[in-house]
Amino acid sequence: MLEVFIFATLNGLVTGLLLFMLASGLTLIFSMMGVLNFAHASFYMLGAYFAYSISLYLGFWAGLIFAPLIVGVLGALVERYGLRRVHQSGHVAELVFTFGMAFLIEEAVQFFWGPDTKNYQSPDLLDFPLFTLFGQEFPAYRGFMIGISISIFIGLYYLLTRSRVGIIIQAAITHPHTVANLGHNVPFIFMGVFGVGTALAGIAGVIAGPILTTFPGMAVVLGSIVFVIVVIGGLGSLVGAFIASLLIGLLQSYAIASDVGVQDLLNVLGLEFDRNHPLTDLWTLTLPQVAPILPFLLLVLVLIFRPTGLMGKREQ
Amino acid sequence: MAFIRKSSIWIVYLVVLLALPQFFDSVLAISIFNQIAIAIVFALSYNMLLGQGGMLSFGHAVYFGLGGFLAVHALNMIEFETIYFSIIYIPLVGAFSGLLAALFIGSFSTHKAGTVFAMISLGIGELIAASSLIFDSFFGGEAGVSGDRTFGPSFFGIEFFQDVEIYYLAAAWVFIATLFMYLFTQTPAGRMANAVRDNPERAQFIGYSARKIRYISFCASGFFAGIAGGLFALNYEFITEENLNAVTSGRVLLMAYIGGLGYFIGPIIGAVILTLMNSLLSNYSELWMLYLGIMFVLTVLFLPRGFAGFIMMHQIAWVRGKLSSLVMPYLITSIPSSLFLMACVAMIEMSHTEEEVFHYLWMELNPSGLATWLITLFIACSSFYAVRLLLPQLKDAWERANTIPEKESFGK
Repeated sequence: MLEVFIFATLNGLVTGLLLFMLASGLTLIFSMMGVLNFAHASFYMLGAYFAYSISLYLGFWAGLIFAPLIVGVLGALVERYGLRRVHQSGHVAELVFTFGMAFLIEEAVQFFWGPDTKNYQSPDLLDFPLFTLFGQEFPAYRGFMIGISISIFIGLYYLLTRSRVGIIIQAAITHPHTVANLGHNVPFIFMGVFGVGTALAGIAGVIAGPILTTFPGMAVVLGSIVFVIVVIGGLGSLVGAFIASLLIGLLQSYAIASDVGVQDLLNVLGLEFDRNHPLTDLWTLTLPQVAPILPFLLLVLVLIFRPTGLMGKREQ
Repeated sequence: MAFIRKSSIWIVYLVVLLALPQFFDSVLAISIFNQIAIAIVFALSYNMLLGQGGMLSFGHAVYFGLGGFLAVHALNMIEFETIYFSIIYIPLVGAFSGLLAALFIGSFSTHKAGTVFAMISLGIGELIAASSLIFDSFFGGEAGVSGDRTFGPSFFGIEFFQDVEIYYLAAAWVFIATLFMYLFTQTPAGRMANAVRDNPERAQFIGYSARKIRYISFCASGFFAGIAGGLFALNYEFITEENLNAVTSGRVLLMAYIGGLGYFIGPIIGAVILTLMNSLLSNYSELWMLYLGIMFVLTVLFLPRGFAGFIMMHQIAWVRGKLSSLVMPYLITSIPSSLFLMACVAMIEMSHTEEEVFHYLWMELNPSGLATWLITLFIACSSFYAVRLLLPQLKDAWERANTIPEKESFGK
């Protein structure tokens, strides 16, 4: 029981931190421009695919460096020539535009790389067990993922709160006009933040690609969950996104690892139902089965009872 | 007289709906018409939310899908004689299940519009799509549920064995649904939905609850989406999880947006365009989804009011009788732009094809030859340059047609 718990925790941590890398960029972009970037997970997918192509020629580590850069530049271009243009037509148009970008990127990925799964492998250098617990091995690559995610979180936090660039960015979020009057190029800052946010998604893609498989549907798989995290954490809150990512990662991991179901609950209550009951699906439901819908259930509950999310600011 | 003038467009609509199978009577055409009919009702119901009520939904397929599922179950009940009525009323089954779902979901999701509403709709959509794979006995898992429409009492001797018969039934339902959706926009509730969309605060100042208004639009929209779902069930006689997941929700958003939000006719145009693309273009190219994506992004960027908005842009020129002055500039610009488009499509298709010889329009191109590539690239670049050169002329002509010259305005 203990070993299941420990490994579920570790796997939940890996997923949660990976989700955080996506959510951090998304929430940063939201707090700046007030637009939820639907295409964010698509940039994550692009990161994985670029890294795969680069790794074929230059190896994994070159991919880790160059793929996020390419994705970041692409993101900045999308902001400069797409989002900024749509901005005049209002928030709904922006949301619809990013939705269209997500659609287009998925089709473009299928066009350039084909619809089948790519054999994107983790580097040989990290192909050893980090430690062995209860006879089960924990791969070093997962430890590497945890390390990268945590260092990005610390780096980002430091950059935003301690550095001059971070101070200007924070000021531009709340007082764009004042910042512009002080001589800073606010549209350029916006473009930069969008680029960095998408590059973060790109890094997440590079390191998640080998584990979560690189295929054209990988954006859809993660995309809506990242939204869930950003909303649950409170739109625009980095700390909230961090907590919510870990929460969702662990929740899903525990739910998958567990083997309890409604049947067990009924046994405890001393109830029994016939197999032929019309609601038989309900009585045979198990926790691993409902794991995929838990985040969405949580999202709906949070939106109903606390629309601002865990760490969100109260609306005026 | 006024009544006749007002209803003339509806009569034209009805005549077109009824006459279509007389002109195109192939099996393919009828099946496309059926798809268009379903898409029109669905897209119009979506426009009630987004276009009229300002609520961006990413989970509208839920009401369509639930309507469809209950309709198929109703078909099965007719088959096993649990219930007894003619299948022409099946869309009503779908409608009321859509309405019930909307009544429940809307009761908590319509508190706010904007991003919160969009996120709740996304969450609910994913929730129901994911649970549909869990609850096998109702949703049938990945295989879906199937029924048979030929049971139950016949309708004046029609047994609905053929698709044409279903088309006429669908056409009747489409006409009724369109008419009622239009009438809804004319009711105080429909008018207030526009007011709440534009400025919820002011609407509340004059004594309306923005939430209640949104709730009413939301429920009506769920009702009509359910009709579309019921029609889907009748046409295909089966329904799967795919019909209530995010893909279908996304497609209806595309239809409404490309057609043009805010115009009643917009979603109809969008539904026709998208269904035609879906069923005709997919025969010619595997990449039609890519073209659809490009078209959608370009529409959002350059035609924020969609195709209907583009047509409506010419209203001023039309009223002033200057529309004819625009024909020549349009024609001249359209030649290089269509060349550019064709060259781009040729390049996209050539890079994707695996055959030795690529048949494009009436030409036979060699996709691996350098010369072919250079020529297509040259055509693309030069035609793009020509469009750039011609655009200012078009713009001038446009301004001349739309601005009232000073002499004219002073003279009157």
